[in-house]
Amino acid sequence: MSALLTQPNAKGSIPKSEWLYATKPTRWTLFLRTFLPWQAWRFVWINAKMIKIIGPGHSGR
Amino acid sequence: MSRVLVLGAGISGHTAAAFLRKWLPERDEVVVISPQPEYNWIPSNIWVGVGLLRKEQVLVSLAPIYQRHQIEFKQARAVALFPEGDEGNPESTVEIEWTLDAKRGQREKIAYDFLINATGPKLNFDATTGLGPGKNSLSVCTADHAEETSRVFLEMVEPMKRGEKKRFLVGVGHGGCTCEGAALEYVVNLEFELRARKVRDKAEITFVTNEYELGDLGIDGVHIRRGGYVTPSKIFTESLFAERGIRSITKAHVRGVEPNVAHLETLDQGNSEAPFDMAMLLPPFTGVGLKAFGRKGDDITGAVFAPSGFMKVDVDYAKKPYAEWKPRDWPRHYQSPAYPNLFAAGIAFAPPHPISQLRTNADGFMISPAPPRTGMPSAMIGKAVAHSIVDMLGGSNVPTHAASMAEMGAACVASAGANPFTGTAASITVFPIVPDYERYPETGRDMNYTFGEIGLAGHWIKILLHHMFLYKARLRPGWALIPE
Repeated sequence: MSALLTQPNAKGSIPKSEWLYATKPTRWTLFLRTFLPWQAWRFVWINAKMIKIIGPGHSGR
Repeated sequence: MSRVLVLGAGISGHTAAAFLRKWLPERDEVVVISPQPEYNWIPSNIWVGVGLLRKEQVLVSLAPIYQRHQIEFKQARAVALFPEGDEGNPESTVEIEWTLDAKRGQREKIAYDFLINATGPKLNFDATTGLGPGKNSLSVCTADHAEETSRVFLEMVEPMKRGEKKRFLVGVGHGGCTCEGAALEYVVNLEFELRARKVRDKAEITFVTNEYELGDLGIDGVHIRRGGYVTPSKIFTESLFAERGIRSITKAHVRGVEPNVAHLETLDQGNSEAPFDMAMLLPPFTGVGLKAFGRKGDDITGAVFAPSGFMKVDVDYAKKPYAEWKPRDWPRHYQSPAYPNLFAAGIAFAPPHPISQLRTNADGFMISPAPPRTGMPSAMIGKAVAHSIVDMLGGSNVPTHAASMAEMGAACVASAGANPFTGTAASITVFPIVPDYERYPETGRDMNYTFGEIGLAGHWIKILLHHMFLYKARLRPGWALIPE
């Protein structure tokens, strides 16, 4: 393994060999994760989706 | 008059007892036997473990709830089952040993018409040398464990503020563990809290897991549609770890834990060591060690329980290779094949095989996740078993309600950091829990019902679930309307 691949990344603890090939979120994705209007909509959407999914399992017969 | 005994007051047992009381006439008795005086909303133990909640905020005292709802509560642990009774009494009975201080150590036998074994797991720290609270690592499996973990975590932060570096090792403490999702939740919450306390740059965080790939979670991974691709959970988990600067060691068995160092064995790289200043490593589970005896006192434990200590139910336990595992292998009714008035619910039932592909090292030692059956499936199984028993007391000869993990979906919200404005959680649903490659050849799951995303909305949902399920556990008005 080359020296480059064993250097830690900016966060200081993870070898480059582990994060170099990982998918990483863009700044836009990170922004949306905590952007209140978008997350308020996702709150409603995810709850609706979860209720739809768990509903059939609760009939149980 | 009939009597239904429920052993255990965790998510599955408490749910079963509550619905039995709701559906059975008053003349029928519902008796709960649990060694602990409190119900623990275990999913929130993660937040206790990083110092965000006190343990009292995840515990609910059972005695007043059961008194209010005419459920008899005995604070005791079950020791042995006598499903055929004994020579002097043909009634099915269970022998219990009281853990309540006033009666501690006293034993008594209680007769039952139906029994639900919802005893949950024994936390088998002894499977790994030096593992567990009181030894060389910590846990968040119980509220007490989580509180101790929180204390050690906060002690670590102080010297970090003065510039000291600390190494954190989080994960599972044995090759046969389950609950990798809980360990994952803890490690990302720990990372988030270190950032919140402005000492993240002083921490080296390593996640150790028996999963073949990150994101397996003991359910053979999950695929999600995102960005024009059907993407495996491995990609999302690796991405989260890269984003958070968390190192991972997969395919690992912890052979032993000494002060400040864990000895690892991995499927592909042999033996290695993981040094740490603080280690939170979850234990493997076994059954609680209940015995069973026939009418003449003969030991019939092997007929009722699997070698793991979990209870045998309506499953063919013949060993099969991964390629032959089918959804129909999984139990539907959780009834003992030996005794029709005996059921298991939640973790207490013996699964037919893992969900993730079984992998072993050169010596044949298993290093792959055991199947998770906690949380939502656990509660749904408890409810279905309660419904079947109510119908059988009403005249049905067979269980009427099914809750196969191969036929039900599950929703999971995994915290990735707790803050009302900057926190996130991964909201995940899977359908079915056990992949069905006959119906869904590509991924084993219905892609219209399987999704996941990470964001602040997930954290709000996690908060909502925390309060909603504690409300439900207290059996407050309208509790039965809250889904499992």
